[in-house]
Amino acid sequence: MSASRPVDRAALVAAALPGVAFALLLAAAIGLLAATLGPEARAQAWALVEPNVALVVMVWFFASLAAGVAMHGAWNRFAAAPARLAERVRVLLTAEPAAAEAGDGPLPEGLAILDAGEGASEGSIALTAAVAALVLQRDSLRREIAERIAEGSREVEQEKSRLAALMAELTQSVVVCNLDGRILLFNARARLQFRALVAAPSTAAGGGAAGTAGGTAGGLIGGAEPIGLGRSIYGVLDRRLVAHALEAVQQRLARGAAHPSAQFVTPTKGGQLLRVQLAPVKESGASPDGGAGPALNGFVLMLENITQQMAEERARERLLHTLTEGSRGSIGNLQAAVELLEDPALDAPTRERFLGVIREEIGALARRLDEAAAQSATALEQRWPLEDMLGSDFVAAAVRRLQGTPGLAAEAGAVDGELWLKVESYSLIQALRHLAVRLAQAYDVPRVTLRLAAAEQQGVRRAQLDLAFPVAAMSTETVVGWETEPLEDEEGGTGGTLTLRDVVQRHGGAFWFERERARQEGRFRFLLPLAGDGAPLEESAVVRHDSRPEFYDFNLFAARAMQPGDALGEQRLADLSYTVFDTETTGLKPSEGDRIIQIGATRIVAGRLRRQEAFEQLVDPERPLSEAGIAIHGIRPEMLEGQPRLAEVLPAFHAFAHDTVLVAHNAAFDMRFLQLAEAGTGVRFEQPVLDTLLLSAVVHPNQENHSLEAIAGRLGVTVLGRHTALGDAMVTAEVFVKLVPLLQGMGITTLGEALAASEATYLARLQY
Amino acid sequence: MTTRVLIADDEPNIVISLEYLMKREGYEVHVARDGEEALAALRRVRPALVLLDVMMPRKSGYEVLAAARADEALAGLKVLMLTAKGRDTDVAQGLGLGADAYMTKPFSTQALAAKVRELLG
Repeated sequence: MSASRPVDRAALVAAALPGVAFALLLAAAIGLLAATLGPEARAQAWALVEPNVALVVMVWFFASLAAGVAMHGAWNRFAAAPARLAERVRVLLTAEPAAAEAGDGPLPEGLAILDAGEGASEGSIALTAAVAALVLQRDSLRREIAERIAEGSREVEQEKSRLAALMAELTQSVVVCNLDGRILLFNARARLQFRALVAAPSTAAGGGAAGTAGGTAGGLIGGAEPIGLGRSIYGVLDRRLVAHALEAVQQRLARGAAHPSAQFVTPTKGGQLLRVQLAPVKESGASPDGGAGPALNGFVLMLENITQQMAEERARERLLHTLTEGSRGSIGNLQAAVELLEDPALDAPTRERFLGVIREEIGALARRLDEAAAQSATALEQRWPLEDMLGSDFVAAAVRRLQGTPGLAAEAGAVDGELWLKVESYSLIQALRHLAVRLAQAYDVPRVTLRLAAAEQQGVRRAQLDLAFPVAAMSTETVVGWETEPLEDEEGGTGGTLTLRDVVQRHGGAFWFERERARQEGRFRFLLPLAGDGAPLEESAVVRHDSRPEFYDFNLFAARAMQPGDALGEQRLADLSYTVFDTETTGLKPSEGDRIIQIGATRIVAGRLRRQEAFEQLVDPERPLSEAGIAIHGIRPEMLEGQPRLAEVLPAFHAFAHDTVLVAHNAAFDMRFLQLAEAGTGVRFEQPVLDTLLLSAVVHPNQENHSLEAIAGRLGVTVLGRHTALGDAMVTAEVFVKLVPLLQGMGITTLGEALAASEATYLARLQY
Repeated sequence: MTTRVLIADDEPNIVISLEYLMKREGYEVHVARDGEEALAALRRVRPALVLLDVMMPRKSGYEVLAAARADEALAGLKVLMLTAKGRDTDVAQGLGLGADAYMTKPFSTQALAAKVRELLG
């Protein structure tokens, strides 16, 4: 309530006021009186008053006191109280919401501060109550808003998750970019596809490099992914092609097409052929301005590797060509010879020669036929979309579905676990189910067994799928009939016209019924295609560090594209992308011939560390290592054998760090190495560089130790895997991420300010 | 007792040559021009061997084969499939259904004669 209040000047003034007023009044009265009276009357009056002056003064004093106290009280009550109330209310403006509900009567706990205190006037109390009510209302409003926001965020999170799931599962490669070509989103398939495309051409035919980040698997230098969040798509695709497609789309949009798209085919550096479809991302909520159509925000690319397809097309064409054009010649020869054989005037040797021609040509035709047949057996299969599926998975799925049929038990028998099938699993399982149902109906078969093995005929390997069952007698006629019946769907209806024969044809396979009398077993045998060797981008080992894959960042949608006019220095630290790197070297003297032996780097985009976008590469220094150095960085000479030289690695690193700000600890050291390498490699690093050592000195100027360990310790960053380039880069990156908000707290928000502050600290440190 | 051989094929141009060939080898030759005829002939004539084409009207060679193998009475029959269908799946199907041999057209008459001799022991 009322703690000891500091002496209130105004109140004191108020208290003193009456006294002063009375004194003035008295003096005025006496003065007036004295002025009106004559000198004699004055002397008489004075003689009367003189003995009682003390009394007059006392009266004045007590009157003043009384009035003063009254004034003081009145002041506190009426004038000061509102001011105090105002102070307390101001406190509540910034306080946490009160817990209780509003109501009449005593104020709730949180608002007790508003209590006007004892002796408050009616008006004051009423005011206090009203303010309290307002505060409570405000708090409940705030709570409501917070709830709504939370709800909204939950919904957005859900949408994000759904979209993320969709992107992850799409079998097409999808990449979403903003208008500058900066990658905002992509899915796992796109990442795999690009990795495979950038790999050495010798691993072509979709074989794909199985390299994970780190190491030279598949020929990728530094394990650097060709695409990543915030990176430019023009690193992989030709800018002009994309621009042309964008233009076409914009034109169509302007003409009023609802969902225009453009496509183009482009060869990639790896020698593969890519079909790219481009669709626009329109500005949400933007009103179309006149006839120009809605504004574009970015675009979506859908990519498909059609190298295989194209190759198949070409093979088909060649085959057709061989059979038509190629055969004409042979048939021509035959025709001529046969017609001339009719000539009665032919003598025996000539007849023999013509017969020889006929034999030869027939041989040639037959050979050509065999070759064509051999080619077509595997490569030119039906154009039905077939999927690669592990045989055992397929059998398991089929058994599960068959179990559902009434009156029938299904089980898996001997299954070759290594086989990869190329099937349209839904219709195939439908066909199997159809057979099972018929078996149960017609022959009361209690149980069916599925078996899978490999079989070879005429040099062609296929999968042999058996649906086996115990049976005593069966009519082959009935069975043949099943082959051409329409397959039943789920509810037992035969709405479709798909037959078992159609399904088998789709797979380019075969189907028949065999009976093993000895074992009293019948079986339906399917021959199905096996998945090819160049296969599936089925890399289940997508390296995931978190439960949710890291390559979705919807925040980037809001990130402003860096306009060419923007001075880089004006960019906010929080908005920029960074490449944080570290090098291991043969020694500490760059100008005396020491060389880089390892470069490690990681990216920070939109304030978050991109763990999956890492660069790590050992470099052959072309000079021996010192023992002391080996003791520090642990890189032995054997590890450097066969590694690429700096001339190859630096361009790759330059591409990795393209369009980012470089960050390193004690950056001068690393940059010196890079600078010295300029002449030999022709690679120039022109981006701005931030040094975490200097930034730490800016933020904690009173600390002595700015080594990486010390800073990490201060900022609460765990240090693991030190003295590998990538490990150090990761620690530096985490330190940097923690430094940015601390810099912001000091008023350093833009890159320019950070650089300036760094420079100031640097000079200060130099003077030490 | 001459060995009976049945030729089942709908294409007259090949039947001519096959008939001549088999007769020259010394077999008694019967001819069927479609699937149903072939099956009926098998049961009536009871040949030792049949040269069976696949692509025939009314019943395919595969169907004839399946029926023949299901028929107890035709147990000892030798089946030599002689057809233009030469894919690996076709061959697998023929052999799976119980053919004793499978030859793809075009073929050498000598090879065919040799195979027949082999099958008939």
